[in-house]
Amino acid sequence: MSDDQQGMFGAAGTGDTSGYGGLVRATAADGSSQRPFGGYFDQVADDLERAYPDFADAIERVVVDRGELTLHIKRERLVEVALILRDKLKFEMSMGVSGVHYPDDKNRELHAVYHLLSVTNNQRIRLEVSVPDIDPHIPSLVEVWGGSNWNERETFDMFGIIFDGHPGLTRILMPDDWQGHPQRKDYALGGIGVEYKGAVTPPPSDRRSYK
Amino acid sequence: MSTYADPYASSRETTEGTVFSVTGGDWDSLVTEIGQAKEERVVVNMGPQHPSTHGVLRLVLELEGETVTEVRCGIGYLHTGIEKNIEFRNWTQATTFVTRMDYLAPLFNEAAYCLGVEKLLGITNDVPEKANVIRVMMMEFNRISSHMVALGTGALELGALSPMIFCFREREKVLDIFEFISGLRMNMAYIRPGGVAQDLPAGAVEKILATVKDLRHSFKDNEKLLVGNSIWMKRTEGIGYLDLAGATTLGVTGPVIRATGLPLDLRKIQPYSGYENYKFDVVTADTCDVYGRFLIRINELEQSLRIIEQCAEKLKSLEGAPVMVADKKIAWPAQLAIGADGMGNSLNHIREIMGTSMESLIHHFKLVTEGFRVPAGQVYSAVESPRGELGAHVVSDGGTRPYRVHFREPSFNNLQSTSAMCEGSMVADIIGAVASIDPVMGGVDR
Repeated sequence: MSDDQQGMFGAAGTGDTSGYGGLVRATAADGSSQRPFGGYFDQVADDLERAYPDFADAIERVVVDRGELTLHIKRERLVEVALILRDKLKFEMSMGVSGVHYPDDKNRELHAVYHLLSVTNNQRIRLEVSVPDIDPHIPSLVEVWGGSNWNERETFDMFGIIFDGHPGLTRILMPDDWQGHPQRKDYALGGIGVEYKGAVTPPPSDRRSYK
Repeated sequence: MSTYADPYASSRETTEGTVFSVTGGDWDSLVTEIGQAKEERVVVNMGPQHPSTHGVLRLVLELEGETVTEVRCGIGYLHTGIEKNIEFRNWTQATTFVTRMDYLAPLFNEAAYCLGVEKLLGITNDVPEKANVIRVMMMEFNRISSHMVALGTGALELGALSPMIFCFREREKVLDIFEFISGLRMNMAYIRPGGVAQDLPAGAVEKILATVKDLRHSFKDNEKLLVGNSIWMKRTEGIGYLDLAGATTLGVTGPVIRATGLPLDLRKIQPYSGYENYKFDVVTADTCDVYGRFLIRINELEQSLRIIEQCAEKLKSLEGAPVMVADKKIAWPAQLAIGADGMGNSLNHIREIMGTSMESLIHHFKLVTEGFRVPAGQVYSAVESPRGELGAHVVSDGGTRPYRVHFREPSFNNLQSTSAMCEGSMVADIIGAVASIDPVMGGVDR
C-alpha cells in the first residue's frame, strides 16, 4: 500500500492553522506472511504447490491477514493458477472480481481481486493481480468461471482494467459513451454545492474533512 | 477467443482506445440487416420500463415465432454510485448509503458491510450478544418481507392477482415491526459498526411473538393459493431450468442454487452473528426450475419464523444488556430514541452533552464529525441474503473513511443466468424465470 500520509484534516494548502494538518499517519504495508499460515491455509498452499510446480514463480507473495488468505499472482500465470484451483483444489465458484485503485503503488496501480469459494471443502481464498496503469491488461477468467463475465465488465467499466479474451468487454453500469472510469481515485466524485440563506455547503469531495 | 461482429455491440477505434456501443441508435441498420435475412427473426426490447422486470431491467430478446433464441440483459439504469460515494463519508455514515442498495433487503446490506468493518477493526468477538441476537432477528424478519415481495410480484406477473394482496398484507406486518424497533420501515441504517443503533423498545418481545403467531397463521393463505395449484404449476414446472453445473460456473447462489439440490446456505456452512446457535433447516428442492425456487421461498418463511422465536426467547433474558461494543472509541456516543418529533438522539444524551459534561460534548463531536480510524487491510465478509451470497469487500487505508468497498451482489450474479434459463423457451416463460431469480435492480446496479 501507499507511503505515510501527511495531514489528517482538510484539503492540502488550505488555511488550516491548528497544527493538526502536520500529523503523520503510517499506512502500514501488508507485507507477506510466513508459514505456518494457520487454519486450512497451509493445506491450501501445500496442495497448490504440489499441483502446480511453478508455484514459486507464479505467486508473488502470500498474505494472511485477519483470518483470510490472499495469493498475489503474476498476471501471466493467472489462468493456469485459476484452472488448478478450480479443478484440483475444488474452488468451484468465483464470487466475483473487485477492482481497487492504489495510485501511489508505483507500477502496480490497478488491482483486481478475485474471491473464490470452495463448496466441497467450505474454504475461501482470494487472488490478487496487480497491473500498472499504463498497461492495464489482465487475462480474462470467463473461460474458467463463466460468471466472471459481468464481474469483469463491471471492473472494466469502473477501473479501465482490460480483460484480454473476454467475449464482449463493454460497459455494463455506466452509459456506453461515458468518458473515464468512475471508481478510480483520480476520478472526482463531482456534485454541486447547496446554497441555503447565503451559505454554501460544498459537494462532499470538496469539503474539508478528516482523512 | 476470437472477437466477432456483434449487431448489438459495435465497436469503433478512438484515440482513447476501442469504444463499444451496446445500445446506440443503430436500430435502423439492425432492422435493415434483419430484413435481408431469410428467416423470421424478430428483435424485441422488453423493458426497461416494463412492469414485470422488477424495476428497470432491459431485456433484448431475439424471437423466432414464440420461441426465444437469444436473451441479453441491459442493466445500469439504477446505478447510483453508492460504492464511490461512501469513499467520501466516514465508516458509520456509509451504513446509510449501503442500506439503499438492495432496497428489499436493507438489513442484509448493512450486516455485510458492518461485519466487514468489524473484522477490519478486529472487534468481531466484542460485539455484544444482544446486538447479535437483534441482528439475526431483524435479518430473518427482513428475509420474510423480501420473500413476500418475491412471491407476491412473481405471482402477479404470471397472472395470479390474489397472492399479491396477501403477500403485501404480511409484508406490512413485518414493516410495522421494523418501524416499531428502528423507527423506519425501509433503509433504516439500524445495524452499525459495533452493534445496532438502538435498543429494543419496551414490549418488543411480546409484539414480536404476537407477529410471529399472526404470520404463521396467515402464510397458510398463500400456500393454499399456490402450492399444488394446477395453473400455477403449469406456468412454473420445468420452466427456467438451471442445473447445478450451470449455477456453479455462473456464481449463482441463494434459492436458485438451492433449487438444484445443493444446500448452500452461509448461515449453516459459514455462520456469522451467532447463527450456529439457532436450530433451523436449510430448504432445498431438486427440480432446478421456477416451481422449486418458489417452494424454497415458501418453506424458508417457516424456518425464519423458527429463528425469530428462538431470538425472542434469548431476548427475554437479555433485558438491559448492551447493544453496542464497550470500546468508547468506536461505539456511537448516543443511543437513538423516538421522540415526539421522530427519531433522534435521546433527550438524556442531549441533556448530558449540552448541560452537564463538556468532555461528553467533545467526545460526541469527535466521533460524529471525525469518526474512528480503521486499521489498513482488506477483508471479505459475506451473509446469506434472501437472494444469495451478499459479500462486502472492504478495503481500508487506515483512515476515517472507507478506501474502497465493493459489494458482491447476489442479484447481479444471479441475473447473468437469465440467458441460460430462457434461451430456447417461450416468450411468456421469461417472466417466470426472471421472477424466480428475484433480482432487485437497486442491488444489481448499486
